[in-house]
Amino acid sequence: MKRRVMLAGLGAVAATGAKAAEKPKWMSPALPDGTRDEATLVRLPGKQPLIQLTDRPPNYETPIDAFADPITANDRFFVRYHLAGVPTMEELKDWSLTVGGDAADRQVKFGMADLKKDFAQVEVTAVCQCSGNRRGLFDPHVAGVEWGYGAMGNAVWRGVRLKDLLAKAGVKADAVEVWFAGADGPVMPATPPFRKTLPVALAQRDDVIVATTMNGQPLPHLNGFPARLIVPGWTGTYWMKHLTSIEVSSKPMTNFWVQKAYRVPAGMFPVDLPFASQNDSATWPITEMVVNSLIASPVDGTKVGRSGFTVRGVAWDRGHGIKTVEVSFDGGKSWKPAKLGKNLGNYAFRTFSLASGALPPGPCVVSARAVSNKGETQATTLLRNPAGYHDNVPQTLTVTVA
Amino acid sequence: MMRIVLGASLLLASPAFAEVRPGPGQDVVEANCGACHTTDYIRMNSAFLTPDAWKAEVGKMRAVFGLPIDDSVAAEILQYLTTEYGPKK
Repeated sequence: MKRRVMLAGLGAVAATGAKAAEKPKWMSPALPDGTRDEATLVRLPGKQPLIQLTDRPPNYETPIDAFADPITANDRFFVRYHLAGVPTMEELKDWSLTVGGDAADRQVKFGMADLKKDFAQVEVTAVCQCSGNRRGLFDPHVAGVEWGYGAMGNAVWRGVRLKDLLAKAGVKADAVEVWFAGADGPVMPATPPFRKTLPVALAQRDDVIVATTMNGQPLPHLNGFPARLIVPGWTGTYWMKHLTSIEVSSKPMTNFWVQKAYRVPAGMFPVDLPFASQNDSATWPITEMVVNSLIASPVDGTKVGRSGFTVRGVAWDRGHGIKTVEVSFDGGKSWKPAKLGKNLGNYAFRTFSLASGALPPGPCVVSARAVSNKGETQATTLLRNPAGYHDNVPQTLTVTVA
Repeated sequence: MMRIVLGASLLLASPAFAEVRPGPGQDVVEANCGACHTTDYIRMNSAFLTPDAWKAEVGKMRAVFGLPIDDSVAAEILQYLTTEYGPKK
């Protein structure tokens, strides 16, 4: 495929004339001042307004009210790129996917028609959450994209099993990892292109797929059109967009994105499937998500009536599923079990809701906390780590009853 | 070398999008940092990065991302970042 890329500031596309930039309706006061100052609400082509943190490369988060729904709409789904070389839809027209590598028997190449015709089509509902979601809430702050709560979404992904693609190339006995590349790239040739890898055991799991549709539609351009990797339970860094190359490898991948970035202190967070070929004594790659929950409604700082309000939100974890969500209306002194919504699968958002009942006038501090079927709970205090990952301290918000 | 397509509408980019603060080194920052990413990355990461943290960021851009500048330009960029976007005193 041609390597022409679009470097346009995407936000500028939406800007018209000298109109003042629109601000998001709500951003957490815990975010850095500079983030709150520079963020704008921007409507990208094909998207509802998203919170623009940066336009080049494009990094946009979903406004918090979207998370009252179990499925995040394609046009509200967050956008995250490391490097500003985003392939245009025109360039992606002649997309193809190569599967090979030194630990494959042969190299094979597939077009979109091949994927649809020659493979079983499978579906998984799964949360895609940026590793750095909530980084901006770290206290003290750490460097990076200063995400609030919205660098995540839950969608129904449909496509072909990664293991079925690998079978066409043939996986040799000495395979250790499966390497992935996408069509997006850096601005300068000296910049390391974004590449990621999975342990071969995970690549063989039935629900790890190369998705060609999202919520029944082709993938949106900036969510990885025409095909992206879906790794249920693992953070978004592995969910390669505009996927063009898969290599079965006998060696661990060596690059900045794997060895230096996206690392957490060894053993700090629970994992079921260790990424042994990428672990070292001090750090492990970030892999599986942590149990977490988010209140989408009401929004922090709003006013509510004395008859009360209903808390609505979502909970998710790394694939064990959600056992309970509890809600507090008194700043964490007492907790009540919330009603859970329909179970869309262990990798999906689980909605929850709970009515407050009548409330006395004044401030009401609301919080929620989830427990997974594995018995894992949200952290009571932040587990600090240098890159600002895995913040699952229960969110606390205050509404005024009047 | 990649060919680069700039969206036509970029030419209409609105002045409503604030730029980094005026100050000594602003032009060097815009030309070098801004070559690969919006300078909103700088605003977004303010104001909390200590001089050492800003130094680490500039170092990363040179050592990892291949920013082709010499030590004197790096020093100028660092001076600007710590002065304009360092923690409030």
